[in-house]
Amino acid sequence: MSTQRTKTKTDGGDGERPAGDEDVLELGGRTFRSRLIAGTGKYPDPETRLAALRASGAEMVTVAVRRVDLDASDDASILGQLGGDEFFLLPNTAGCTTAEEAVRYARLGREAGVGDWVKLEVVGDDETLLPDVSETLEAAERLVDEGFEVLAYTNDDLVTALRLQEIGVTAVMPLASPIGSGLGLLNPVNVRILKRRLDVPVIVDAGVGTASDACETMEQGVDGILMNTALAEADDPVRMAGAMRRAVEAGRMAYLAGRMPSREYAVPSSPREGTLD
Amino acid sequence: MSEATASDEIEVTLNGEARGVPAGLSLTGLLEHLDQDPAAVVVERNREIVRGDDRDETEVRAGDEIEIVHFVGGG
Repeated sequence: MSTQRTKTKTDGGDGERPAGDEDVLELGGRTFRSRLIAGTGKYPDPETRLAALRASGAEMVTVAVRRVDLDASDDASILGQLGGDEFFLLPNTAGCTTAEEAVRYARLGREAGVGDWVKLEVVGDDETLLPDVSETLEAAERLVDEGFEVLAYTNDDLVTALRLQEIGVTAVMPLASPIGSGLGLLNPVNVRILKRRLDVPVIVDAGVGTASDACETMEQGVDGILMNTALAEADDPVRMAGAMRRAVEAGRMAYLAGRMPSREYAVPSSPREGTLD
Repeated sequence: MSEATASDEIEVTLNGEARGVPAGLSLTGLLEHLDQDPAAVVVERNREIVRGDDRDETEVRAGDEIEIVHFVGGG
């Protein structure tokens, strides 16, 4: 019942596009046609990265803020390649472990001239890279106060997600499983609960490993997926990006289409009537 | 080390490392000295971001902690 209530109603589902032209992702006053947000780290080389990002259909891509290597002769900045109009850049606060650091990184990212959006990520444990909830909440509060559009990486805990929404974040981004693990969606129930209870967009961030993970995640009704390692560490990142684009669309389409009930008994697909004696 | 050299160079902390740079540089001059494209980087001096226009007027002083950052690939 509750999944029906939160379902996006569109009339445009024609079997070709996920839901016609009306099914778009609205986020912080912007409209995105793609529900896939791609990270830009860990690709074998910049050319593969660009080709994979294009194949993924992503309009929004994340970037990290780091020190310039002052002794390197080549320009490692990503702005040269991705700084044009093709992609909307979302700076992250990856590497931060305190609210203080996250606010500092967010300000540096804003200063680089791509607007006041930030993917807030405050990690509390080195091995699992699980989020530090209290630092995330504090950072979110300060950044929202400073006028940032905050997309907050968090765990799949409803109470934290509700607090983030209360603070005024632009999107709540629960993990499917730990960052870079490729374990897929570990707790679909929690993610569905989040989606059912929140009014702000829910974008699953981290953990998808392959296309079926992305599809299954989108089938829960979430608004989008942010992925990086699944693309960058595939043997063929460009082909995987194409698979992911289709999987995100397929999952979205299946969600909007409304799946059949699952039953623990068989129902024949061919009529029982008219069989020969 | 001669006195002339000592007065010509100051020590600052640049991206976390102690480094000698010519005395009397502005932040714009420092970026030039380091061969950095001013449009591609963000500069923080003693934890305060210094914007494009203010870099010309901000002199680098001994003991300054300066961070020069940019965007790299990330998730």
